[in-house]
Amino acid sequence: MDGILALAGQNLLSPIILSFTLGLIAALARSDLSVPEAAAKAMSIYLLFSIGFKGGVSVSEHGVDAGLIATMVAGVLLSAAIPFVAFGLLRVMTGLSRVDAAAVAAHYGSISIVTFVAGNSVLTTQGIGFEGYMVAVAAAMEAPAILSALWLVSRGGNGARMDAHLWREIMLNASIVLLIGAFVIGWITGPRGMAEIQAFIVTPFKGVLCLFLLDMGLVAGRGLRGSRGVLTAGALGFGVVMPVIGALLGMIAGLALGLSPGGLMLLMTMAASASYIAVPAAMRVALPEANPAVYLTLALGVTFPFNLTLGIPLYLAIATTLTGG
Amino acid sequence: MQTHKAKRVEIIIEAVMEGRLTEALTGAGVTGFTVLPVSGGSGRSGQWSREGQVSRAGGMVAVVCLIRPERVEPLLEAAFAVVERHIGVVSVTDCEVLRAERF
Repeated sequence: MDGILALAGQNLLSPIILSFTLGLIAALARSDLSVPEAAAKAMSIYLLFSIGFKGGVSVSEHGVDAGLIATMVAGVLLSAAIPFVAFGLLRVMTGLSRVDAAAVAAHYGSISIVTFVAGNSVLTTQGIGFEGYMVAVAAAMEAPAILSALWLVSRGGNGARMDAHLWREIMLNASIVLLIGAFVIGWITGPRGMAEIQAFIVTPFKGVLCLFLLDMGLVAGRGLRGSRGVLTAGALGFGVVMPVIGALLGMIAGLALGLSPGGLMLLMTMAASASYIAVPAAMRVALPEANPAVYLTLALGVTFPFNLTLGIPLYLAIATTLTGG
Repeated sequence: MQTHKAKRVEIIIEAVMEGRLTEALTGAGVTGFTVLPVSGGSGRSGQWSREGQVSRAGGMVAVVCLIRPERVEPLLEAAFAVVERHIGVVSVTDCEVLRAERF
């Protein structure tokens, strides 16, 4: 228990979390601090490329084993199954309509790539290794939840738009293309490629992550400020309970797969996180009747800060305890 | 200077729908349009702003077409099929243009 508290304290006082907190406070206090849209986009491209590349290099060093395929299949199944749990919980805990509940459930089945990056950073800081292919698993976990949510809506008799255009947007969204593309580049070029671009890919990573999370704090704070009265106490409770349930499902899958402590923690973190980039765009197209204020505020304003501050240290403590890492 | 009567159709729509709308307009025979970024606003769906958008999910764009009056009906039908279920505003105003052959 002392270990978990020490880790949580250490995490809370890290530059990454304090940068996020600064953004959150600035937005809630109505400061005019803002990160230009183009700068935020450039930083997200950098972070995704870096994390994908490092994952590819790691796989190139350690080789591919059956674990990659098995973990990807488990990730897809987790992403497809979690919306059903979330949907049931939302119907019990909140008064959300079927369409709103399904839209929220899709966000919780999919993953937050920024939470994954933050988890990655914590592992690196702690000197804990993990399977490099978790990057590919992250990409595979983005889309299945959307299909589950649309199926939940169609069962209720409501029509959801799912056309070829949307399929392409979901499967080829920027974060998936960048993660997988950088992963493949890292895999092909291996340690030699890493040696060539290490100064750019590795050293500035945490500093860029701090600035990016400052922006995420601003976005989360503005979202919370602008959506007063949107979320009920039940919905807020869901935003904290659901990530823990997701993490437990990820833990069961990770233990069954025999992942390393770091890999287990990352799978738990992904299963606990809620998307706020890929899924909101898909929901605006497929389920325009769903209220974006509900799902964006829950995913970005409640669950993301929870995972960033308390969730990640908790998942790491559980993962290391269970695997003896 | 000789001017000609035309219609200015302005469609403010969610950024994620931009591609679908412009495809529909092209399919309806519209040969030209302009897409403009929109900074923010307020309406039935509440306030929104381009600032701090982490994806295109919350952003809006304005698609502007200048078109001959007799061609406005098929344009509106094509646009309506796309925007019907979505947040946005469609407006048509009278205007005058130079060089009518371009519209």
